[in-house]
Amino acid sequence: MKTKLPDAEQALAALADRMRGAIAFDARLVGIRSGGAWIADRLAQMISGDHPVGYIDVSFYRDDFNRRGLKPEVKRTELPFEIEGATIVLVDDVLYTGRSVRAAINELFDYGRPQRIELAVLVDRGGRELPVEATYTGARLAVAQDLSIVLSRDATGLLQLATEGADGAAEAVAPDA
Amino acid sequence: MRNPQLNAAGDLIHLLTLEGLPAEVIRRILDTAVPFTSIAEREVKKVPLLRGKTVFNLFFENSTRTRTTFEIAAKRLSADVINLNIGVSSTTKGETLLDTIDNLVAMNADMFVVRHAQSGAPHLIAAHLNRTGRSDVHVVNAGDGRHAHPTQGLLDLFTIRHYKKEFHNLTVAVVGDVLHSRVARSLIHGLTTVGTPEVRVIAPQTLLPTALTSLGVRVFNDMREGLAGCDVVVMLRLQSERMKGALLPSAGEYFKHYGLTAEKLALAKPDAIVMHPGPMNRGVEIESAVADGERSVILPQVTFGIAVRMAVLSILAGN
Repeated sequence: MKTKLPDAEQALAALADRMRGAIAFDARLVGIRSGGAWIADRLAQMISGDHPVGYIDVSFYRDDFNRRGLKPEVKRTELPFEIEGATIVLVDDVLYTGRSVRAAINELFDYGRPQRIELAVLVDRGGRELPVEATYTGARLAVAQDLSIVLSRDATGLLQLATEGADGAAEAVAPDA
Repeated sequence: MRNPQLNAAGDLIHLLTLEGLPAEVIRRILDTAVPFTSIAEREVKKVPLLRGKTVFNLFFENSTRTRTTFEIAAKRLSADVINLNIGVSSTTKGETLLDTIDNLVAMNADMFVVRHAQSGAPHLIAAHLNRTGRSDVHVVNAGDGRHAHPTQGLLDLFTIRHYKKEFHNLTVAVVGDVLHSRVARSLIHGLTTVGTPEVRVIAPQTLLPTALTSLGVRVFNDMREGLAGCDVVVMLRLQSERMKGALLPSAGEYFKHYGLTAEKLALAKPDAIVMHPGPMNRGVEIESAVADGERSVILPQVTFGIAVRMAVLSILAGN
Protein backbone atom coordinates (compact mmCIF):
# COMPACT_ATOMS: atom_id res chain seq x y z
CA MET A 1 0.00 0.00 0.00
CA LYS A 2 1.27 3.39 -0.97
CA THR A 3 2.07 5.64 1.94
CA LYS A 4 0.22 8.91 1.98
CA LEU A 5 2.13 11.78 3.48
CA PRO A 6 1.07 15.35 4.05
CA ASP A 7 2.33 17.92 1.56
CA ALA A 8 5.44 19.48 3.05
CA GLU A 9 4.68 22.96 1.70
CA GLN A 10 1.16 22.90 3.19
CA ALA A 11 2.52 21.70 6.53
CA LEU A 12 5.10 24.50 6.42
CA ALA A 13 2.37 27.09 5.77
CA ALA A 14 0.35 25.70 8.68
CA LEU A 15 3.41 25.80 10.94
CA ALA A 16 4.17 29.42 9.99
CA ASP A 17 0.52 30.34 10.70
CA ARG A 18 0.77 28.90 14.21
CA MET A 19 4.04 30.68 14.95
CA ARG A 20 3.00 34.07 13.59
CA GLY A 21 2.10 36.30 16.51
CA ALA A 22 2.87 33.50 18.97
CA ILE A 23 6.66 33.56 19.04
CA ALA A 24 8.51 36.31 20.90
CA PHE A 25 9.42 39.36 18.82
CA ASP A 26 13.12 38.75 19.50
CA ALA A 27 13.05 34.95 19.12
CA ARG A 28 15.99 33.38 17.30
CA LEU A 29 15.34 30.40 15.05
CA VAL A 30 17.79 27.50 15.34
CA GLY A 31 17.37 24.78 12.72
CA ILE A 32 18.61 21.26 13.42
CA ARG A 33 20.65 20.12 10.40
CA SER A 34 19.84 19.24 7.79
CA GLY A 35 16.02 19.31 7.37
CA GLY A 36 15.39 21.68 10.29
CA ALA A 37 17.89 24.15 8.85
CA TRP A 38 15.96 24.39 5.57
CA ILE A 39 12.70 24.90 7.47
CA ALA A 40 14.22 27.59 9.71
CA ASP A 41 15.39 29.49 6.60
CA ARG A 42 11.90 29.34 5.10
CA LEU A 43 10.15 30.27 8.36
CA ALA A 44 12.36 33.35 8.74
CA GLN A 45 11.01 34.59 5.38
CA MET A 46 7.40 33.65 6.10
CA ILE A 47 7.11 35.12 9.59
CA SER A 48 7.27 38.88 9.82
CA GLY A 49 9.75 40.56 12.12
CA ASP A 50 13.45 40.11 12.58
CA HIS A 51 14.22 36.54 13.58
CA PRO A 52 17.91 35.70 13.09
CA VAL A 53 18.60 32.11 12.00
CA GLY A 54 21.25 29.74 13.32
CA TYR A 55 22.03 26.11 12.58
CA ILE A 56 22.95 23.26 14.85
CA ASP A 57 24.45 19.87 13.99
CA VAL A 58 23.81 17.52 16.89
CA SER A 59 26.19 14.75 15.72
CA PHE A 60 28.62 15.36 18.59
CA TYR A 61 25.78 15.10 21.13
CA ARG A 62 23.88 12.04 19.94
CA ASP A 63 23.27 9.22 22.41
CA ASP A 64 23.61 6.48 19.78
CA PHE A 65 27.28 7.30 18.96
CA ASN A 66 28.49 4.08 20.62
CA ARG A 67 26.23 1.96 18.44
CA ARG A 68 26.32 3.85 15.17
CA GLY A 69 29.52 5.86 15.22
CA LEU A 70 29.93 9.29 13.73
CA LYS A 71 27.81 10.00 10.67
CA PRO A 72 29.85 10.62 7.53
CA GLU A 73 28.96 14.26 7.06
CA VAL A 74 29.05 16.42 10.12
CA LYS A 75 28.38 20.09 9.46
CA ARG A 76 29.39 23.11 11.44
CA THR A 77 27.12 24.43 14.17
CA GLU A 78 26.61 28.13 13.42
CA LEU A 79 24.98 30.31 16.03
CA PRO A 80 25.78 33.90 14.99
CA PHE A 81 24.13 35.44 18.07
CA GLU A 82 24.25 35.31 21.86
CA ILE A 83 22.54 32.28 23.40
CA GLU A 84 22.83 33.66 26.94
CA GLY A 85 19.43 35.07 27.92
CA ALA A 86 17.93 34.57 24.43
CA THR A 87 14.58 33.14 23.39
CA ILE A 88 15.31 30.25 21.06
CA VAL A 89 12.91 28.39 18.80
CA LEU A 90 14.46 25.05 17.85
CA VAL A 91 13.24 23.95 14.42
CA ASP A 92 13.22 20.34 13.23
CA ASP A 93 11.64 18.46 10.35
CA VAL A 94 10.26 15.30 11.95
CA LEU A 95 9.64 14.88 15.69
CA TYR A 96 9.87 11.18 16.55
CA THR A 97 11.73 9.78 19.59
CA GLY A 98 12.74 13.23 20.88
CA ARG A 99 16.44 12.28 21.03
CA SER A 100 17.65 14.84 18.49
CA VAL A 101 15.85 17.56 20.42
CA ARG A 102 17.48 16.40 23.66
CA ALA A 103 20.88 16.53 21.95
CA ALA A 104 20.17 19.99 20.52
CA ILE A 105 19.12 21.39 23.91
CA ASN A 106 22.34 20.01 25.44
CA GLU A 107 24.45 21.62 22.74
CA LEU A 108 22.67 24.99 23.10
CA PHE A 109 23.57 25.07 26.79
CA ASP A 110 27.27 24.71 25.90
CA TYR A 111 26.96 28.13 24.24
CA GLY A 112 25.17 29.82 27.13
CA ARG A 113 21.98 29.75 29.19
CA PRO A 114 18.95 30.62 27.07
CA GLN A 115 16.02 32.38 28.74
CA ARG A 116 13.55 30.09 26.99
CA ILE A 117 13.59 27.30 24.40
CA GLU A 118 10.56 26.43 22.27
CA LEU A 119 10.25 23.72 19.63
CA ALA A 120 8.72 24.01 16.16
CA VAL A 121 8.37 20.87 13.99
CA LEU A 122 7.07 20.35 10.49
CA VAL A 123 5.68 16.88 11.27
CA ASP A 124 4.98 15.13 14.58
CA ARG A 125 4.84 11.38 13.97
CA GLY A 126 4.43 10.28 17.61
CA GLY A 127 6.58 7.50 19.10
CA ARG A 128 8.30 9.57 21.77
CA GLU A 129 10.97 7.94 23.96
CA LEU A 130 11.69 11.10 25.93
CA PRO A 131 9.37 13.65 27.57
CA VAL A 132 9.64 16.16 24.70
CA GLU A 133 6.71 18.01 23.08
CA ALA A 134 6.59 20.56 20.30
CA THR A 135 5.35 24.08 20.96
CA TYR A 136 4.33 24.51 17.28
CA THR A 137 3.44 21.65 14.91
CA GLY A 138 2.78 21.78 11.14
CA ALA A 139 1.11 18.38 10.75
CA ARG A 140 0.51 15.24 12.79
CA LEU A 141 0.95 11.81 11.33
CA ALA A 142 0.27 8.23 12.43
CA VAL A 143 2.87 6.02 10.84
CA ALA A 144 4.33 2.52 11.21
CA GLN A 145 7.33 2.37 13.53
CA ASP A 146 9.78 0.85 11.05
CA LEU A 147 9.17 3.56 8.49
CA SER A 148 11.42 6.59 8.37
CA ILE A 149 10.18 9.89 7.03
CA VAL A 150 12.72 11.98 5.15
CA LEU A 151 12.53 15.60 4.13
CA SER A 152 14.21 16.66 0.91
CA ARG A 153 14.61 19.96 -0.89
CA ASP A 154 14.56 20.29 -4.67
CA ALA A 155 16.55 22.67 -6.86
CA THR A 156 13.88 25.37 -6.58
CA GLY A 157 13.92 25.19 -2.77
CA LEU A 158 10.56 23.41 -2.44
CA LEU A 159 10.30 20.90 0.40
CA GLN A 160 9.06 17.34 0.02
CA LEU A 161 8.33 14.51 2.43
CA ALA A 162 9.03 10.90 1.48
CA THR A 163 9.22 7.56 3.21
CA GLU A 164 12.22 5.27 3.38
CA GLY A 165 12.75 1.70 4.54
CA ALA A 166 10.15 -1.06 5.01
CA ASP A 167 6.92 -0.47 3.16
CA GLY A 168 4.29 0.47 5.68
CA ALA A 169 1.05 2.32 5.80
CA ALA A 170 0.85 5.92 6.82
CA GLU A 171 -2.23 7.96 7.31
CA ALA A 172 -2.10 11.67 6.89
CA VAL A 173 -4.10 13.66 9.38
CA ALA A 174 -5.12 17.23 8.76
CA PRO A 175 -3.32 19.83 10.87
CA ASP A 176 -5.35 20.29 14.01
CA ALA A 177 -7.63 23.24 14.12
CA MET B 1 46.90 -9.34 3.94
CA ARG B 2 44.29 -6.77 4.84
CA ASN B 3 45.37 -3.27 5.78
CA PRO B 4 45.46 -3.53 9.61
CA GLN B 5 44.12 0.04 9.86
CA LEU B 6 40.77 -0.91 8.33
CA ASN B 7 38.16 -3.48 9.33
CA ALA B 8 36.36 -5.79 6.89
CA ALA B 9 33.85 -3.04 6.10
CA GLY B 10 36.66 -0.60 5.25
CA ASP B 11 36.15 1.55 8.36
CA LEU B 12 39.17 3.05 10.08
CA ILE B 13 39.95 1.16 13.32
CA HIS B 14 43.57 2.27 13.85
CA LEU B 15 45.53 5.18 12.39
CA LEU B 16 49.09 3.98 11.80
CA THR B 17 50.24 5.61 8.57
CA LEU B 18 48.83 7.59 5.66
CA GLU B 19 50.58 5.21 3.26
CA GLY B 20 47.95 3.04 1.61
CA LEU B 21 45.04 4.83 3.28
CA PRO B 22 42.22 5.39 0.75
CA ALA B 23 41.65 9.01 -0.32
CA GLU B 24 38.04 8.92 0.91
CA VAL B 25 39.19 8.00 4.44
CA ILE B 26 41.63 10.94 4.44
CA ARG B 27 38.99 13.31 3.07
CA ARG B 28 36.47 12.18 5.66
CA ILE B 29 38.91 12.95 8.47
CA LEU B 30 39.60 16.41 7.00
CA ASP B 31 35.86 17.08 6.56
CA THR B 32 35.06 15.94 10.09
CA ALA B 33 37.76 18.21 11.51
CA VAL B 34 36.01 21.32 10.11
CA PRO B 35 33.14 21.45 12.64
CA PHE B 36 35.62 20.67 15.44
CA THR B 37 37.55 23.89 14.73
CA SER B 38 34.71 25.99 16.13
CA ILE B 39 34.49 24.19 19.49
CA ALA B 40 37.50 26.11 20.80
CA GLU B 41 35.61 29.38 20.28
CA ARG B 42 32.65 28.48 22.48
CA GLU B 43 31.72 29.13 26.07
CA VAL B 44 32.13 25.41 26.88
CA LYS B 45 35.05 24.02 24.88
CA LYS B 46 33.85 20.45 25.11
CA VAL B 47 31.51 18.00 23.40
CA PRO B 48 30.32 14.80 25.08
CA LEU B 49 31.28 12.44 22.25
CA LEU B 50 33.90 10.37 24.12
CA ARG B 51 32.32 10.64 27.56
CA GLY B 52 33.27 7.60 29.63
CA LYS B 53 36.10 6.54 27.30
CA THR B 54 39.67 6.23 28.51
CA VAL B 55 42.52 7.35 26.27
CA PHE B 56 46.09 6.39 27.16
CA ASN B 57 48.87 8.59 25.84
CA LEU B 58 51.83 6.19 25.66
CA PHE B 59 54.94 8.21 25.01
CA PHE B 60 58.07 6.09 24.77
CA GLU B 61 59.85 9.11 23.32
CA ASN B 62 59.65 12.72 24.44
CA SER B 63 57.32 15.16 22.78
CA THR B 64 55.61 18.12 24.36
CA ARG B 65 53.54 19.54 21.53
CA THR B 66 52.15 16.31 20.14
CA ARG B 67 51.32 14.89 23.57
CA THR B 68 49.70 18.15 24.68
CA THR B 69 47.57 18.52 21.56
CA PHE B 70 46.42 14.89 21.79
CA GLU B 71 45.58 15.46 25.45
CA ILE B 72 43.60 18.62 24.66
CA ALA B 73 41.82 16.86 21.79
CA ALA B 74 40.76 13.93 23.98
CA LYS B 75 39.69 16.22 26.83
CA ARG B 76 37.61 18.44 24.51
CA LEU B 77 35.83 15.23 23.50
CA SER B 78 35.18 14.56 27.23
CA ALA B 79 37.41 11.46 27.38
CA ASP B 80 39.49 10.60 30.44
CA VAL B 81 43.16 10.92 29.55
CA ILE B 82 46.04 9.10 31.20
CA ASN B 83 49.56 10.19 30.27
CA LEU B 84 52.27 7.58 30.62
CA ASN B 85 55.91 8.32 30.02
CA ILE B 86 56.91 4.72 29.57
CA GLY B 87 60.56 5.55 29.01
CA VAL B 88 60.95 5.90 32.76
CA SER B 89 58.43 3.24 33.79
CA SER B 90 57.85 -0.51 33.44
CA THR B 91 60.05 -1.14 30.42
CA THR B 92 63.06 -0.24 32.52
CA LYS B 93 61.96 -3.03 34.84
CA GLY B 94 62.01 -5.47 31.92
CA GLU B 95 58.33 -5.63 30.91
CA THR B 96 57.80 -6.13 27.17
CA LEU B 97 55.80 -3.66 25.11
CA LEU B 98 52.93 -6.08 24.51
CA ASP B 99 52.76 -7.03 28.21
CA THR B 100 52.39 -3.33 29.01
CA ILE B 101 49.57 -3.12 26.44
CA ASP B 102 47.79 -6.20 27.82
CA ASN B 103 47.90 -4.69 31.30
CA LEU B 104 46.42 -1.42 30.11
CA VAL B 105 43.72 -3.26 28.16
CA ALA B 106 42.93 -5.10 31.43
CA MET B 107 42.40 -1.63 32.90
CA ASN B 108 39.71 -1.11 30.21
CA ALA B 109 41.60 1.25 27.93
CA ASP B 110 39.59 2.33 24.89
CA MET B 111 42.37 3.95 22.91
CA PHE B 112 46.15 4.20 22.78
CA VAL B 113 48.03 7.18 21.38
CA VAL B 114 51.54 5.85 20.83
CA ARG B 115 54.83 7.66 20.26
CA HIS B 116 57.86 5.40 19.91
CA ALA B 117 61.45 5.80 18.71
CA GLN B 118 61.18 2.42 16.98
CA SER B 119 59.53 2.42 13.54
CA GLY B 120 56.63 -0.02 13.53
CA ALA B 121 55.87 -0.08 17.27
CA PRO B 122 52.26 1.23 16.90
CA HIS B 123 51.74 -1.27 14.08
CA LEU B 124 52.91 -4.08 16.36
CA ILE B 125 50.44 -3.00 19.05
CA ALA B 126 47.54 -2.73 16.59
CA ALA B 127 48.30 -6.15 15.08
CA HIS B 128 48.45 -7.62 18.59
CA LEU B 129 45.04 -6.13 19.48
CA ASN B 130 43.51 -7.37 16.22
CA ARG B 131 44.98 -10.85 16.76
CA THR B 132 43.74 -11.10 20.35
CA GLY B 133 40.22 -10.08 19.32
CA ARG B 134 40.45 -6.61 20.86
CA SER B 135 40.15 -4.49 17.72
CA ASP B 136 37.59 -2.47 19.69
CA VAL B 137 40.65 -0.89 21.33
CA HIS B 138 42.08 1.63 18.87
CA VAL B 139 45.66 2.71 18.21
CA VAL B 140 46.78 6.11 16.93
CA ASN B 141 50.37 6.49 15.82
CA ALA B 142 51.73 9.74 17.27
CA GLY B 143 55.08 9.29 15.54
CA ASP B 144 57.22 6.14 15.20
CA GLY B 145 60.93 6.37 14.44
CA ARG B 146 61.56 7.58 10.91
CA HIS B 147 58.42 5.86 9.67
CA ALA B 148 55.26 7.92 10.01
CA HIS B 149 53.46 10.70 11.87
CA PRO B 150 50.00 10.47 10.32
CA THR B 151 48.16 13.07 12.42
CA GLN B 152 50.88 15.62 11.60
CA GLY B 153 50.48 14.76 7.91
CA LEU B 154 46.70 15.17 8.24
CA LEU B 155 46.94 18.51 10.00
CA ASP B 156 49.35 19.69 7.29
CA LEU B 157 46.80 18.61 4.66
CA PHE B 158 44.03 20.33 6.61
CA THR B 159 46.07 23.56 6.78
CA ILE B 160 46.85 23.45 3.06
CA ARG B 161 43.20 22.85 2.18
CA HIS B 162 42.09 25.61 4.55
CA TYR B 163 44.21 28.23 2.76
CA LYS B 164 44.30 26.80 -0.78
CA LYS B 165 40.80 25.19 -0.91
CA GLU B 166 41.79 22.25 -3.14
CA PHE B 167 44.83 20.08 -3.87
CA HIS B 168 44.44 19.40 -7.60
CA ASN B 169 46.20 22.57 -8.78
CA LEU B 170 48.98 22.88 -6.21
CA THR B 171 52.75 22.69 -6.18
CA VAL B 172 54.02 21.84 -2.71
CA ALA B 173 57.68 21.86 -1.68
CA VAL B 174 58.99 19.97 1.35
CA VAL B 175 62.37 21.38 2.33
CA GLY B 176 65.09 19.98 4.54
CA ASP B 177 65.96 16.88 6.50
CA VAL B 178 63.72 14.43 4.64
CA LEU B 179 65.99 11.50 5.51
CA HIS B 180 65.15 11.60 9.21
CA SER B 181 61.63 12.98 8.89
CA ARG B 182 58.52 10.89 9.53
CA VAL B 183 56.59 14.14 9.09
CA ALA B 184 57.82 14.42 5.50
CA ARG B 185 56.97 10.79 4.72
CA SER B 186 53.42 11.12 6.02
CA LEU B 187 52.84 14.42 4.28
CA ILE B 188 54.16 13.16 0.93
CA HIS B 189 51.94 10.05 1.07
CA GLY B 190 48.96 12.21 2.06
CA LEU B 191 49.55 14.80 -0.68
CA THR B 192 49.89 12.23 -3.46
CA THR B 193 46.84 10.26 -2.23
CA VAL B 194 44.56 13.31 -2.36
CA GLY B 195 45.79 14.15 -5.86
CA THR B 196 48.38 16.92 -5.53
CA PRO B 197 49.92 17.15 -9.01
CA GLU B 198 53.38 18.30 -7.99
CA VAL B 199 55.19 17.45 -4.79
CA ARG B 200 58.80 18.59 -4.59
CA VAL B 201 61.50 17.66 -2.14
CA ILE B 202 64.35 20.11 -1.64
CA ALA B 203 67.40 18.89 0.31
CA PRO B 204 71.11 18.25 0.12
CA GLN B 205 71.88 14.82 -1.32
CA THR B 206 73.10 13.59 2.09
CA LEU B 207 69.67 14.23 3.67
CA LEU B 208 67.65 12.41 1.02
CA PRO B 209 66.53 8.82 1.43
CA THR B 210 67.30 6.53 -1.49
CA ALA B 211 64.36 5.54 -3.72
CA LEU B 212 62.60 8.82 -3.05
CA THR B 213 61.37 9.26 -6.61
CA SER B 214 59.28 6.08 -6.20
CA LEU B 215 57.04 8.20 -3.93
CA GLY B 216 56.17 10.32 -6.95
CA VAL B 217 58.10 13.44 -6.01
CA ARG B 218 60.49 15.73 -7.89
CA VAL B 219 63.84 16.12 -6.18
CA PHE B 220 65.81 19.37 -6.12
CA ASN B 221 69.22 19.94 -4.56
CA ASP B 222 69.07 23.65 -5.36
CA MET B 223 66.57 25.45 -3.15
CA ARG B 224 66.09 28.43 -5.48
CA GLU B 225 65.16 26.15 -8.38
CA GLY B 226 62.88 24.08 -6.18
CA LEU B 227 60.95 27.00 -4.71
CA ALA B 228 60.10 28.57 -8.08
CA GLY B 229 56.33 28.73 -8.53
CA CYS B 230 55.40 26.90 -5.31
CA ASP B 231 52.02 27.41 -3.60
CA VAL B 232 53.07 25.84 -0.31
CA VAL B 233 56.51 25.63 1.33
CA VAL B 234 56.86 23.13 4.16
CA MET B 235 60.07 23.56 6.15
CA LEU B 236 61.38 20.61 8.15
CA ARG B 237 63.33 20.81 11.36
CA LEU B 238 67.01 20.01 11.05
CA GLN B 239 67.04 16.99 13.37
CA SER B 240 70.54 17.40 14.73
CA GLU B 241 69.88 14.97 17.59
CA ARG B 242 69.09 12.27 15.05
CA MET B 243 72.04 12.96 12.88
CA LYS B 244 74.73 10.35 12.91
CA GLY B 245 78.06 11.14 11.35
CA ALA B 246 78.96 14.16 9.30
CA LEU B 247 76.02 14.60 6.91
CA LEU B 248 76.42 18.37 6.99
CA PRO B 249 79.36 20.72 7.40
CA SER B 250 77.65 23.05 9.91
CA ALA B 251 74.33 24.60 10.85
CA GLY B 252 75.50 27.93 9.43
CA GLU B 253 76.41 26.36 6.11
CA TYR B 254 73.01 24.61 6.06
CA PHE B 255 71.15 27.88 6.60
CA LYS B 256 73.06 29.49 3.75
CA HIS B 257 71.88 26.87 1.26
CA TYR B 258 68.61 25.50 2.68
CA GLY B 259 67.39 28.06 5.22
CA LEU B 260 64.19 29.85 4.21
CA THR B 261 64.75 33.60 3.94
CA ALA B 262 62.44 36.33 2.66
CA GLU B 263 64.66 36.63 -0.39
CA LYS B 264 64.31 32.91 -1.27
CA LEU B 265 60.59 32.88 -0.45
CA ALA B 266 60.13 35.60 -3.09
CA LEU B 267 60.82 32.90 -5.71
CA ALA B 268 57.63 31.05 -4.74
CA LYS B 269 54.18 32.32 -5.76
CA PRO B 270 53.23 35.67 -4.19
CA ASP B 271 50.46 34.03 -2.16
CA ALA B 272 52.52 31.01 -1.11
CA ILE B 273 52.11 29.90 2.51
CA VAL B 274 54.94 28.78 4.79
CA MET B 275 54.50 25.81 7.13
CA HIS B 276 56.68 24.14 9.76
CA PRO B 277 55.75 21.20 12.00
CA GLY B 278 57.75 22.60 14.91
CA PRO B 279 59.78 22.88 16.99
CA MET B 280 61.58 25.47 14.88
CA ASN B 281 65.31 26.14 14.83
CA ARG B 282 65.33 29.85 14.06
CA GLY B 283 68.35 30.78 12.01
CA VAL B 284 68.98 27.16 11.00
CA GLU B 285 66.16 26.14 8.65
CA ILE B 286 64.09 29.33 8.76
CA GLU B 287 64.80 32.99 9.49
CA SER B 288 62.68 34.77 12.08
CA ALA B 289 61.35 37.34 9.60
CA VAL B 290 59.75 34.50 7.60
CA ALA B 291 58.65 32.41 10.60
CA ASP B 292 56.81 35.42 12.04
CA GLY B 293 55.86 36.91 8.67
CA GLU B 294 52.42 37.31 7.16
CA ARG B 295 52.71 34.23 4.96
CA SER B 296 53.57 31.99 7.87
CA VAL B 297 50.73 29.68 8.98
CA ILE B 298 52.85 27.88 11.57
CA LEU B 299 50.66 28.77 14.56
CA PRO B 300 47.34 28.05 12.78
CA GLN B 301 48.85 24.59 12.09
CA VAL B 302 49.00 24.00 15.84
CA THR B 303 45.37 25.10 16.34
CA PHE B 304 44.15 22.97 13.41
CA GLY B 305 46.12 20.04 14.85
CA ILE B 306 43.71 19.84 17.78
CA ALA B 307 40.62 19.73 15.53
CA VAL B 308 42.23 17.10 13.28
CA ARG B 309 43.13 14.93 16.27
CA MET B 310 39.58 15.31 17.63
CA ALA B 311 38.29 14.10 14.27
CA VAL B 312 40.63 11.08 14.26
CA LEU B 313 39.78 10.09 17.84
CA SER B 314 36.04 10.41 17.31
CA ILE B 315 35.98 8.52 14.01
CA LEU B 316 38.01 5.69 15.57
CA ALA B 317 35.88 5.58 18.72
CA GLY B 318 32.74 5.17 16.59
CA ASN B 319 34.11 2.27 14.52
